[in-house]
Amino acid sequence: MTRMAATRDGYGQALLEIADNPKVVVLEADLGKSTKSLHFRKEYPERTVSCGIGEQNMLLVGAGLASSGFIPFASTFAIFTERAFEQMRNGVARPNLAVHLCGSHGGTHTGTDGSSAQSIEDLAIYRTLPNVVVMHPCDDVSTKQLTKQLPELGKPSYMRTARNKTPVMYDGREDEIKIGKGMILRDGADAAIIACGVMVSESMKAAESLEKQGISVSVVDMHTLKPLDTDLVKSLVDKCGAIITAEDHSIIGGLGGAVAEYLSSNCPAPLERVGVNDRFGESGQPDEMLNLLGISSHHIENAVKKAQSRK
Amino acid sequence: MAMDISEVEEFARKCRVEIVKMVHRAQAGHPGGSLSEIDLISALYATRLRVKPENPDWNDRDRFILSKGHASPGMYAVLAEMGFISHADLESYRVLGGVCQGHVDMKWCPGVDFSAGSLGMGLSFGMGCAVAAKLENSERRIFVMLGDGEIQEGSIWEAAMAARHHELGNLKVILDRNRIQNDDFCEAQMRMFDIPAKWKSFGWSVKEIDGHDMAEIMNGLDFLERTNDGPSILIAHTIKGAGISYMENNPSFHGAAPNDEQFHQAMIELGEVEA
Ligand SMILES: Cc1ncc(C[n+]2csc(CCOP(=O)(O)OP(=O)(O)O)c2C)c(N)n1
Repeated sequence: MTRMAATRDGYGQALLEIADNPKVVVLEADLGKSTKSLHFRKEYPERTVSCGIGEQNMLLVGAGLASSGFIPFASTFAIFTERAFEQMRNGVARPNLAVHLCGSHGGTHTGTDGSSAQSIEDLAIYRTLPNVVVMHPCDDVSTKQLTKQLPELGKPSYMRTARNKTPVMYDGREDEIKIGKGMILRDGADAAIIACGVMVSESMKAAESLEKQGISVSVVDMHTLKPLDTDLVKSLVDKCGAIITAEDHSIIGGLGGAVAEYLSSNCPAPLERVGVNDRFGESGQPDEMLNLLGISSHHIENAVKKAQSRK
Repeated sequence: MAMDISEVEEFARKCRVEIVKMVHRAQAGHPGGSLSEIDLISALYATRLRVKPENPDWNDRDRFILSKGHASPGMYAVLAEMGFISHADLESYRVLGGVCQGHVDMKWCPGVDFSAGSLGMGLSFGMGCAVAAKLENSERRIFVMLGDGEIQEGSIWEAAMAARHHELGNLKVILDRNRIQNDDFCEAQMRMFDIPAKWKSFGWSVKEIDGHDMAEIMNGLDFLERTNDGPSILIAHTIKGAGISYMENNPSFHGAAPNDEQFHQAMIELGEVEA
């Protein structure tokens, strides 16, 4: 059986593992139980700063700490990081201060809380900020590995994690995960699916089903959206000639946007973007949301066929 | 609707039953803050608000803005009791396509005046409604329910300052002072010291009451209705999870549903079933 785990738990574990570094500090905005920074808070209360329900304050407290030589890890729900977007832009990204922001419960997969909690634009907005590294890993193992690399990064980052459990992809492959390097999970020559977050396992499901129909596709986990692993995207175009992106995010400006920007300027190829089609979500179970919004594995299958036919 | 105190208490008891049923059925949601606010919202709707359930969009209705939008089961229960929605609609709480979305949403549910869910937004929205009422020379009043954790958001204080600057006597806040937020007690997360003094220093008229004593609630609502020369706030001291023993003052029932056994016990405590 595939192990199931939530990426937010990988984040929480990583914070504990990097706590040896005395410069690591954790910032919370009354959601540590949910983002999983609570484990760090329990062990290292003196290095945990509670900012109350005050995300804007939290981001700039992080900037002040970073300018003083600390390595702050701030977290809240993905959606509520957005309240502090301008703080992130002007107070963190512009002076290039290495504040590491984690937004949990991202995407529509977060479920019954409804549209007010389902961030589907976070990856897009953070991607527009110079200096900021943007990540959305698909399992707890890669989340943990990527988070553990952040203290050495030297610039700001945004990482989206998810609330619900999804299949684990990387047990035993920890050492292969590197910020900025996409991971090939499945090899095929007819088309290539580039996915992030919960959509990686949906893409694997789609690929298995397509295999039975005689269509062989590559699946790539693009856990880092910025900087985009353009060498890998180029090699996929060369090999497969058709690309599909899949993300639990607006089709505007996220992974699909990033790949489209690269392809259009460098190596035009048929591209189908699977994502939330310019609308808000609503309350529903995680799987129901993927179906409702047209981003589940069978939607990916259809997109693959469409992209292939455009070759 | 001219209800007396015991009738409003019964109204609130029925709402408590619905709140617990909703979160139990959904196995998700926010019972704690729904139970702390429910006596206040029940009294407000049953005895004060000028609204027409059969015409929820009536322009001159009083507005009620549940800024702490996660405490939606409380609001939905009251809307059903008032006849804005049916009791069957309550079964749609957190269900795909349901009018009772996880957080109150004006696009989905009749009688809801604000799409909430992100804390710290309702007071500014309420100020906009209050300015609009003045511009239209309407008698309508704007009531806003805030959480005590919620007032840690800076935007609350931007609105507080601005509402006094504009002398918005039609803007009336009820603060659900239940002393617990998401992760823990407010005291552990962010000490707020003298909350009444803070609002007074922003120029607001302030009154404190016991938010579960119906006679005090009536006095408090009288105070809000009487104060028309500037914005006013009723600070209601409440108990998170009020009415269900194991939820009372228990931070873990901020956002967790009771299991079947706990549900049964809650129904006994609310007098719905025999022990
Ligand atoms: C801007 C924002 N940040 C964080 C949250 C997550 N959150 C939901 S409820 C809650 C605690 C709210 O506490 P309080 O206002 O006291 O509400 P109550 O205790 O009455 O339920 C938090 C932090 C949110 N909804 N909005």
